[in-house]
Amino acid sequence: MAFEIIEYCTNCYACEPLCPSKAIYEAKPHFLIDPAKCTECAGDFEEPQCASICPIEGAILNEDGEELNPPGSLTGIPLQKLAA
Amino acid sequence: MELPVLNNTASEAPKGGCSAGSCGSTDDQMSHLPDSIRDKVKNHPCYSEEAHHYFARMHVAVAPACNIQCHYCNRKYDCSNESRPGVVSEVLNPVQAVKKVMAVAATIPQMTVLGIAGPGDALANPQRTFDTFRMLNEQAPDIKLCVSTNGLALPENVEEMCKYNIDHVTITINCVDPDVGAKIYPWIFWNNKRIKGREAAAILIEQQQKGLEMLVAKGVLVKVNSVMIPGVNDKHLEEVSKIVKAKGAFLHNVMPLISEEEHGTYYGLTGQRGPTNEELQALQDACAGDMNMMRHCRQCRADAVGLLGEDRGAEFTLDKIEAMDIDYEAAMKMRAEVHAAINEELESKHKAKETKLVSIEGLKKEATRPVLMAVATKGGGVINEHFGHASEFLIYEASGNGVRFIGHRKTIPYCEGGDTCGDGESALDVTIRELSGCEVVLCSKVGYEPWGPLEAAGIQPNGEHAMEAIEDAVLAVYEEMRVAGKLAAEPDAAQKAA
Repeated sequence: MAFEIIEYCTNCYACEPLCPSKAIYEAKPHFLIDPAKCTECAGDFEEPQCASICPIEGAILNEDGEELNPPGSLTGIPLQKLAA
Repeated sequence: MELPVLNNTASEAPKGGCSAGSCGSTDDQMSHLPDSIRDKVKNHPCYSEEAHHYFARMHVAVAPACNIQCHYCNRKYDCSNESRPGVVSEVLNPVQAVKKVMAVAATIPQMTVLGIAGPGDALANPQRTFDTFRMLNEQAPDIKLCVSTNGLALPENVEEMCKYNIDHVTITINCVDPDVGAKIYPWIFWNNKRIKGREAAAILIEQQQKGLEMLVAKGVLVKVNSVMIPGVNDKHLEEVSKIVKAKGAFLHNVMPLISEEEHGTYYGLTGQRGPTNEELQALQDACAGDMNMMRHCRQCRADAVGLLGEDRGAEFTLDKIEAMDIDYEAAMKMRAEVHAAINEELESKHKAKETKLVSIEGLKKEATRPVLMAVATKGGGVINEHFGHASEFLIYEASGNGVRFIGHRKTIPYCEGGDTCGDGESALDVTIRELSGCEVVLCSKVGYEPWGPLEAAGIQPNGEHAMEAIEDAVLAVYEEMRVAGKLAAEPDAAQKAA
């Protein structure tokens, strides 16, 4: 059970101090999550903290590879406009 | 017959601190403020219109995280060619930032102010922001510190901010009504949750207002920035202005929405337009009342360096500052001398202005219509830029009440123009469009080629006042126009069409 940060990450640092398991660390070219430490915030918070502050749609995936913040979910930009 | 006026609000009742109608200049907008406040802002380019001609500022981009999303911001954007808030070339850590500040302070002694304004939110990165301030307090005590914030994390940080002598804070307040806010802010991060919609806006507004009150109670100077979004909050901002003024904000800065499709923002992609120059000025005048309105804001990047309107950031990249060897003790001495010389110059200008009021009183005997004039300047409060080199023009209004600063209009320098603007519009066309409403353009020199098209558009080029103080020159040209009988009549048809 662990999340993953992928290449859409813009290195904004917002998630890192929020992680209750200290699983997030600065790396090149972008921040990463240590899968051995990530608990998906179970037992600490109702909602996973990294995915709750991340401003970039698609930057964090769950263990099934699904986007925790799919396109349009944060910015409200209609999907056809995002594709254009 | 009622005289035609270009700007009713402005000419009927002088605004800002100029209600006596005899101050002759907007930089006296500070005249009604207590000495203690005037002292604090007299060398702060972002708070004093006069100071912005002489003193420079810089931002260090140590705060990339944000705790809210605004519809005019794209968090993926990162570019060195764009000049607008939230955009930076490289994020610095606090140690790098302090090094950069000291390098800039030693190289540009006019730099008086260091702000942290992102590229996210200064207070969403409290550790990085406060580490930077603490080190600067110790190592560069002659630099004024300020913070720009969306206000969400303000109340919990007021105490800490006061520890570092941060005496200028800017809060961006776009609304006081959650229904309006829901159209501007899609979400906030609050108490370990992402909150959306009206509920999010309501929390943000409450925190902003609470933070404003707390800062004022602590004696911190607060400026409020508002982004004017036509059809969303444009009508609402007059109420915002009244409320923040009543709570003790000392300056209100209404800025135009910057929104282009290529920015990839919600507003850019959904076709939300920004205001026209005329709409912006009308709202600024409507908000003015007895409150100071800031009109010289350049909406700079979160890593800008230099005088407002210029960006010397490229001289201070990480690799360049790494190679610099700074003796800050020596730099501080030099800086103090430069600041003293500028202050002396300003003092003598203030004295000269007092004697000038006589001529303004003369002007007032005759009812004259106000006239907008554009000015090309590189700083120092004088007309010292060629028409063809100007990337922006300052707009002044001359009237029977004297001269007041209205704002600035960006353009493409005529000499660099060519075919770069697309749509077949030349750089000169852009300038003429941007200067619509102006009847005169004052510059140190203007070439033969643009002369004709400017005149045809009703904008008289004028290079006769090179190196003169801007307000003196504007007033002199206004007086010439009055003597020539041009101030009682309707501006000619070409001017209207422009």
